[in-house]
Amino acid sequence: MPSYPAKIAFSMRRLLYYILIYAAALATLAPFIWMVLTSVKDLNEIFVYPPKWMPAKFHFENYLRAFQAAPFGRYYLNSLLVAVSVTLGQLITCSMAAFAFARLQFKGREVLFLLFLGTMMIPGQVTMIPTFMILHWIGWIDSYKALIVPGLASAFGTFLLRQFFMTIPKELEEAAYIDGCSRWRVLWNIIIPLSKPALATLSIFTFMGVFNDFMWALIVTSSEELRTVQLGLAIFRDRYLTEWDLMMAGSVTATLPILIVFFFAQKYFIKGITLSGLKE
Amino acid sequence: MAPSRTYTASARKKEGLSALLFLSPTLVIFSTFVLFPVLFSFYLSFHQWNMFSAQQAFVGLANYTRMFRDPEFWSVLKNTLIYTVGTVPLNMALSLLVAYLLNQKLAGKKFLRTAFFAPVIISPVAAAVIWRWMYDPNFGLVNYFLTLVGIKGPNWLNEPHSAMFALILMAVWKTLGFNMVLFSAGLQGIPDTYYEAAEIDGAGAWTKFWRITIPLLSPTTFFIMVMSIIGSFQAFDVVYVLTSGGPMGATKVLVFYLYEQAFKFFEMGYASAVAYFLFLLLIVLTLLQIRLMKSKI
Repeated sequence: MPSYPAKIAFSMRRLLYYILIYAAALATLAPFIWMVLTSVKDLNEIFVYPPKWMPAKFHFENYLRAFQAAPFGRYYLNSLLVAVSVTLGQLITCSMAAFAFARLQFKGREVLFLLFLGTMMIPGQVTMIPTFMILHWIGWIDSYKALIVPGLASAFGTFLLRQFFMTIPKELEEAAYIDGCSRWRVLWNIIIPLSKPALATLSIFTFMGVFNDFMWALIVTSSEELRTVQLGLAIFRDRYLTEWDLMMAGSVTATLPILIVFFFAQKYFIKGITLSGLKE
Repeated sequence: MAPSRTYTASARKKEGLSALLFLSPTLVIFSTFVLFPVLFSFYLSFHQWNMFSAQQAFVGLANYTRMFRDPEFWSVLKNTLIYTVGTVPLNMALSLLVAYLLNQKLAGKKFLRTAFFAPVIISPVAAAVIWRWMYDPNFGLVNYFLTLVGIKGPNWLNEPHSAMFALILMAVWKTLGFNMVLFSAGLQGIPDTYYEAAEIDGAGAWTKFWRITIPLLSPTTFFIMVMSIIGSFQAFDVVYVLTSGGPMGATKVLVFYLYEQAFKFFEMGYASAVAYFLFLLLIVLTLLQIRLMKSKI
């Protein structure tokens, strides 16, 4: 935007902009504030009209009660285990595949790559039923494997890393090859260290997607020990219909890690989204 | 790549082989959990199968004709359309507005961007749980704010019309930040010189917005529209937790119906037909939009 002289900068229009955008931001944040404040209220303060924003006393023990009402600790470990495994797995499989697409010559490379990109267009619902049945046939339903293994490869991730690898100059690698390095060494010792921003973007996107996933966990697990935070919270909702203090404590629990990750790694989230917008 | 000067047939073969090795984990996972399922669900859509019997009975197009005869199918399709028409334009208009305002010189941009983006990153389940509380008819914030302006709010999630509206409002809140980021990137791609030239010609903010921003932003707008429509046809999580498809099926959308058919009634063949219908519908809608876009240029 062109820069304005200071006097015009405080015009009525700018004032209007400020009011509009801050009001909208506040409205967007209101549910979060409401969630956090409700989670530390006494039930007596929850069922009052008009609603009271601030609790008279902060009842942090609500979190303890929520964790006692349902094994959220266990749910948490499950979610972390699944999300971390899938993320690490994708980092490995995607960088390997991306290396092949970006650096190696082989027959049918372009066709295979296009086919890969094409799979991003397929809605998950189309592959969901047969994937469920495959897992059923090999006896993996209701296991961690069912939650992790189908997510171990990603067309989006392969694409994202391939695009990044292509921007790395080849001179470094050529020198390494002359020194007798294998392709593996080149990938792990030269390309990977140079690709940290792309790997961070992929990690954050994958972690967020898996941690927040609900439908797949709902379909392939049934025992309580395998429940993820999201599934646990959805079932909690059915059981404690009006215990809003516990429900909000559970919601804070389910959103906090992602919000923290986001706070520290905002630029990678933004990068991932803009990249997804460029893929067309 | 190996040094090209010493490139022989055997080296090429070796390179192909190592490419295969590098690709193998991805290829194994993909053929098992994407390629085979895509083909198999197409096959299944012409069969009747409850998953537990050994045999899949070929029924031809019966699953597809059954779909078109099922009044519930039409009702969920209608709900999905209402949801899409309700969310996509509203979301796009608001996210463009927010992105436009954020593209101006403002104090506290980082805070603002974080605020608008926060709903995007939290789980749909948690978001829906929070909004159930927001929509509580007696103690919820939504109705409280409505009474402040003199409106008596409905029992949001228990009345068919208001439940769909509640779902739409929440969906817009949840995805606005995502489109805002895309619009922001698009806005930053418009060179300042265009605006400066327009100012010299005496154009105001309004003219600049309609004559420069909107036309130059159209590739971004198009992309967002296509992606938003695809996304809204696939809504499930928020519906499951916010309304469970109720009241009286008023918010039951296509994927919710598919889920019920497959994992409640185990009608795997029929559910596959529904999945393929969704797939085809999305392809047709996307192609239509591309046509429309091209005819406009």
